[in-house]
Amino acid sequence: MEFTRRDTLALGLGAAAVAALPMQVFAGSHGGKVDEAVAAFTGGAEIGEGGVELTAPEIAENGNTVPVEVSAPGASAIMLLATGNPTPGVATFNFGPLAGAQSAATRIRLAGTQDVVAIAKMADGSFVKASSTVKVTIGGCGG
Amino acid sequence: MISRRDFLQVSMAASAMVGGSGFGNWARLAAQQSLTQDDLLQFDTFGNVSLIHVTDIHAQLKPIYFREPEINLGVGEAYGNVPHVTGADFRKMYGIEDGSPSHYALTYNDFTSLAKTYGRVGGLDRVSTVINAIRADRPDAILLDGGDTWHGSYTCHHTEGQDMVNVMNALKPDAMTFHWEFTLGSDRVNEIVEGLPFAALGQNIFDAEWDEPAELFKPYKFFERGGAKIAVIGQAFPYMPIANPRWMFPEYSFGIRDENMAEMVTEVREMGADLVVVLSHNGFDVDKKMAGRVPGIDVILSGHTHDALPEPVLVGETIIVASGSNGKFVSRVDLDVRDGKMMGFRHKLIPIFSDVIAPDPVITKLIDEQRAPYLDQLTEVIGQTDSLLYRRGNFNGTWDDLICQALIEEREADISMSPGVRWGPSILPGQDITREDIWNVTSMSYGEAYRSEMTGEFIHVILEDVADNLFNVDPYYQQGGDMVRIGGMAYRIDVSKPQGSRISDMTLLKTGEAIDPSKNYVVAGWASVNEGTEGPQIWDVVEDHIRKKGTVTVESHENVKVDGI
Repeated sequence: MEFTRRDTLALGLGAAAVAALPMQVFAGSHGGKVDEAVAAFTGGAEIGEGGVELTAPEIAENGNTVPVEVSAPGASAIMLLATGNPTPGVATFNFGPLAGAQSAATRIRLAGTQDVVAIAKMADGSFVKASSTVKVTIGGCGG
Repeated sequence: MISRRDFLQVSMAASAMVGGSGFGNWARLAAQQSLTQDDLLQFDTFGNVSLIHVTDIHAQLKPIYFREPEINLGVGEAYGNVPHVTGADFRKMYGIEDGSPSHYALTYNDFTSLAKTYGRVGGLDRVSTVINAIRADRPDAILLDGGDTWHGSYTCHHTEGQDMVNVMNALKPDAMTFHWEFTLGSDRVNEIVEGLPFAALGQNIFDAEWDEPAELFKPYKFFERGGAKIAVIGQAFPYMPIANPRWMFPEYSFGIRDENMAEMVTEVREMGADLVVVLSHNGFDVDKKMAGRVPGIDVILSGHTHDALPEPVLVGETIIVASGSNGKFVSRVDLDVRDGKMMGFRHKLIPIFSDVIAPDPVITKLIDEQRAPYLDQLTEVIGQTDSLLYRRGNFNGTWDDLICQALIEEREADISMSPGVRWGPSILPGQDITREDIWNVTSMSYGEAYRSEMTGEFIHVILEDVADNLFNVDPYYQQGGDMVRIGGMAYRIDVSKPQGSRISDMTLLKTGEAIDPSKNYVVAGWASVNEGTEGPQIWDVVEDHIRKKGTVTVESHENVKVDGI
């Protein structure tokens, strides 16, 4: 196997192109259900980025119980979706005006590698989202 | 004013000089057959703090041969960058002369002939001599063990890690982190850790039930050295419950948890740390990514991927040091820490040439005591090899080919699978193969050799899954090992493709026919992460096979065609 500078550049470009693709949050076999759930939550409003934090493992230790945390200071509600599950809706957390913190932690079951998405409804009625890919793998072979 | 960045770069150049001139001298000295322990240990003590790093020893108490990888592909940002540079390209990059001791220690070419010239490497009694010499220069040097220490040999298996604990304790480490240790089972790990005379660290070792930091393992430990406060933060292997059997340590959860790492760095800085060191078992590419995401780390001592680098890699203002495996290297890092900052460093990767570095007799005696009860078993000759046997590399090594062939013949299978682990010393052509040698490449607490039927489609899914764990462009999604080794089947892999489209042209070797997705094949393998796996132990399968053959020969073949590089 020969490494050439041209190959290096070509592969670098390939990787950059992949990174530049739009995030396919709502694609896949259950995309329709995801779109429906999002529309029901946002009423079709535009969704921005930032202001909501989603903490999930990069690779699930156990796809049947994956710890996920969401936090969005100032939010009135946060919806959590597992976009690759047959039923994508996981939970919607509503925060009253007296809530000490707008954050929640739960464990979810993931049918396979997929994006987990959190959409927060902010106090001013705007929406923001965060997304994280969680890989579910057969495992083994650890070096 | 000279900025911190300038200091780093100045000392980086100094480091390169120490390394570079060292290599050149060794080549000439070796030609004169006068390479000495003093040459290997030569180091102008620098600054006010010294770190000593050993990692991934895999229970190799005695000197061994270890061939570095020929194929070590990086994808995405890692492409073409160290540690994904091998052979002549590696030597060119670091100015290493062909045929020199550094050529032998750091690259794979001409391994057999150079091994005969330069001899075995490693041996913890030699490692002890090096540590003692560094401590003679700097009595309060901090010795840090990156883990994968209590796994990998006959005696380690039979004593459940006690042989390694006894010998390592005599070397007096200051802290350690973990990976394969957990495959001893959580009861045994807890028992050993509770009695350790040094810190057991892992900011990412959590209680699985409550998702809170595990009580037994502390995230960090402070050391006062040379007037500076040094925080060492542990980072255990993130993907233990995925890469290794989760059921053996169900109370524990891991993960990268870089947000928690960032909190720990902030915490230790607020507590007055002048220097932040991460003792990591992440693997090199994960460490590089982490260094770019978590600010405030001065030094990452990197383990897991077994890379040996003659110079640290600089990411922002963090230096990453990689110290090899199997006791083959010790890294010394001297640091100038002043005014709450790392102002400069000097580094040397010290190869442990076992014929050049004198063994420490105290440790030799201790090692021999661990081995004495098992010596007859260890030294029994099972057969000979005509071929160089090695494992390390992204795809099948010759040891793997031999193990895969043993599985096919002994277990009457169509196809065999062997895990893509990175450990396992090499055996030279003409050498005897002892029972110890077989255990060095097979021993583990879940060595049962299964035999089951799998559809062609499922075999494809497995290969795609494992390939993504190695060739995902994001290091955080790489789960740990090299590619699963396959016997009885050829395939093509395009490492640049996404998961699901990397593997093609799967062919059953015994018929030459394409693998049929809907057909069942008999597959023999070992090291399943599933609980309740049944079958004979892999070391017995391999021993039976070698005994029948008498002398083994592993034909060179190219059953894996690699594209996309």
